[in-house]
Amino acid sequence: MIQVVCVKQVADTETRVKVAGDGKSLDPAGVTWILNPYDEFAVEQALRVKEKAGAGEVIVISMGGAGVATTLRNALAMGADRAIHLRSDTAADPLSVARALAAEIAALAPRLVWLGKQAVDDDAAQVGPMLAELLHVPAVTAIATFELEGEKATVEREIEGGREVVEVQLPALFTADKGLNEPRYASLKGIMAAKKKPIEEKPAVLGDPTLDVVSLALPPARSAGRIVGQGVDGVAELVRVLHEEAKVI
Amino acid sequence: MSVLVFIEQRDGKIRSVSREALGEAVRLAEKLSGPVVAVCAAAADPGVAALGEAGAERALLASDPRFALYDAEATVAVVAAAVEAVRPDVVLFAASAMGRDLAPRVAARLGLGLASDCTALAVEGGKLRATRPVFAGKALQTVGFVRTPALVSLRPKVFAPVSRTGRQANVEVLAGAWGDPSRAHVVRVAAAASGKADLTESEIIVSGGRGLKGPENFALLDQLAAALGATVGASRAVVDAGWRPHSDQVGQTGKTVSPKLYVAVGISGAIQHLAGMSSSRCIVAINKDPDAPIFKVADYGLVGDLFEVVPALTEAVQKLNAHV
Ligand SMILES: Cc1cc2nc3c(=O)[nH]c(=O)nc-3n(C[C@H](O)[C@H](O)[C@H](O)COP(=O)(O)OP(=O)(O)OC[C@H]3O[C@@H](n4cnc5c(N)ncnc54)[C@H](O)[C@@H]3O)c2cc1C
Ligand SMILES: Nc1ncnc2c1ncn2[C@@H]1O[C@H](COP(=O)(O)O)[C@@H](O)[C@H]1O
Repeated sequence: MIQVVCVKQVADTETRVKVAGDGKSLDPAGVTWILNPYDEFAVEQALRVKEKAGAGEVIVISMGGAGVATTLRNALAMGADRAIHLRSDTAADPLSVARALAAEIAALAPRLVWLGKQAVDDDAAQVGPMLAELLHVPAVTAIATFELEGEKATVEREIEGGREVVEVQLPALFTADKGLNEPRYASLKGIMAAKKKPIEEKPAVLGDPTLDVVSLALPPARSAGRIVGQGVDGVAELVRVLHEEAKVI
Repeated sequence: MSVLVFIEQRDGKIRSVSREALGEAVRLAEKLSGPVVAVCAAAADPGVAALGEAGAERALLASDPRFALYDAEATVAVVAAAVEAVRPDVVLFAASAMGRDLAPRVAARLGLGLASDCTALAVEGGKLRATRPVFAGKALQTVGFVRTPALVSLRPKVFAPVSRTGRQANVEVLAGAWGDPSRAHVVRVAAAASGKADLTESEIIVSGGRGLKGPENFALLDQLAAALGATVGASRAVVDAGWRPHSDQVGQTGKTVSPKLYVAVGISGAIQHLAGMSSSRCIVAINKDPDAPIFKVADYGLVGDLFEVVPALTEAVQKLNAHV
């Protein structure tokens, strides 16, 4: 069984955001790049499905600039079999990304397609459900559990005040929420093996964009607050300011 | 220029996030000078005429037993049919569990741009501009749309609903077959333990971190939350330790919340935690370390041992409640 995992390279979550000279994008200077945290859950789940089946192939695919190869190596080191790098040096809107991924993935005819719930840079949470629509496969987004029996998956996704229990016939697409599993660390052996695994590079096929970015700006800094007191003695003052000043209680 | 709003219902009840979206639709419609139209998919009419009070002039209703539980593929078909019927300039969704799943599918089906989880909308020179937090709130991105309708999902608890007492929306039936049975089938909804409110929809949140020292001590926060009418949240450290479920986690890999009051107890204020809560209206930090980074974003800080402060605070809030 072929499984495809879409992974994105993103700025580390500790990054202090600086706006680039174009006023629209992140200044990449000094940024550490990582595999999008939600995509680690996606890679892990695909590996578990393969390990349980005892056979199959896990293909990781990423669209982005030259640096993306390092992130693909990370996924290969976790245990993916091979990688596809859709080369594109310009940022793209979510639908364009989904279209480029769909064009490549359709030809692979996977039984399972995995993505992260959202990329922690653009925080769009769009590419997964868009890709499902473009590939005409059923999908469940932001899943918290996954069970596979034959050709039927049973998954749960968190909704406000509960969880939806969803049954899906393969082929299908899922996006992973945190808590789906505990992603493995790449072993030294895995890292060595990854160096020999193939990364196929090809140009991404991008259509017309659907959004145009007008600006990227830093949010207004929260005005510095104040310490209302120390220990139990400060409690009365805290309640007073919340009631009288902030009027929130 | 009209604004179409997708109305969410669960168990036959219209969800409050949809009233927030209608409120913003009313404000947009004033600038675009067009009507506000609601569209709802439900097993039976959840009372869409009453959406007039929330700002809708027309309400399109697709009723079919298959909408008893969320049916993604059929709901996409309903929204697409409504777009066809109304030809709006803007379509609004809530960035809720349902809206986050639905809106991108609609965008892909119709080949349109979607700005997700927006916190502000503006009309400049007749064009819609949507502003959305990116990098977990460390920056704000503003986007424009290449084609209309522009699709937008709105972050819960950010946009105010409107109230037009006594108004009724004109209800129209939206007929259709809504496609084949969905291949991803929601078989049931398992209710959350104790019918706890969702963090993203809570007015007040009390969150606990590693400073609580153990899962049993969250009882202190439960008591404070009960006094405040709040929901209890958590930092990732305590979720990863297994003290609290993942659904309680606030932050970059948890929930993004914007309550009117956020109380952080025994939470240091790591950048990934701040990401999830810094858009709260008022932030209170209780921490024994005066240098904890959480104090940099807090409106009000109390330096002290939470094991002493929290019970005293609970008592003081109870007293206040007894007075007002
Ligand atoms: C990719 C990634 C994603 C992440 N996502 C998230 C996320 O979504 N949410 C999140 O929260 N974190 C997230 N983190 C983790 C984050 O970096 C921190 O590790 C975490 O937030 C720390 O939790 P904490 O504040 O509870 O614990 P600590 O940092 O250990 O802080 C405990 C605090 O309690 C105080 N304290 C101790 N005892 C007392 C007492 N008796 N009275 C009063 N105060 C006391 C201490 O002074 C300290 O400030 C993420 C990290 C990474 C790398
Ligand atoms: N450039 C990309 N290459 C491969 N996968 C991507 C890319 N962008 C987004 N994805 C996938 O789509 C998910 C959601 O991303 P987003 O919609 O941008 O929040 C990510 O977690 C990835 O799995």
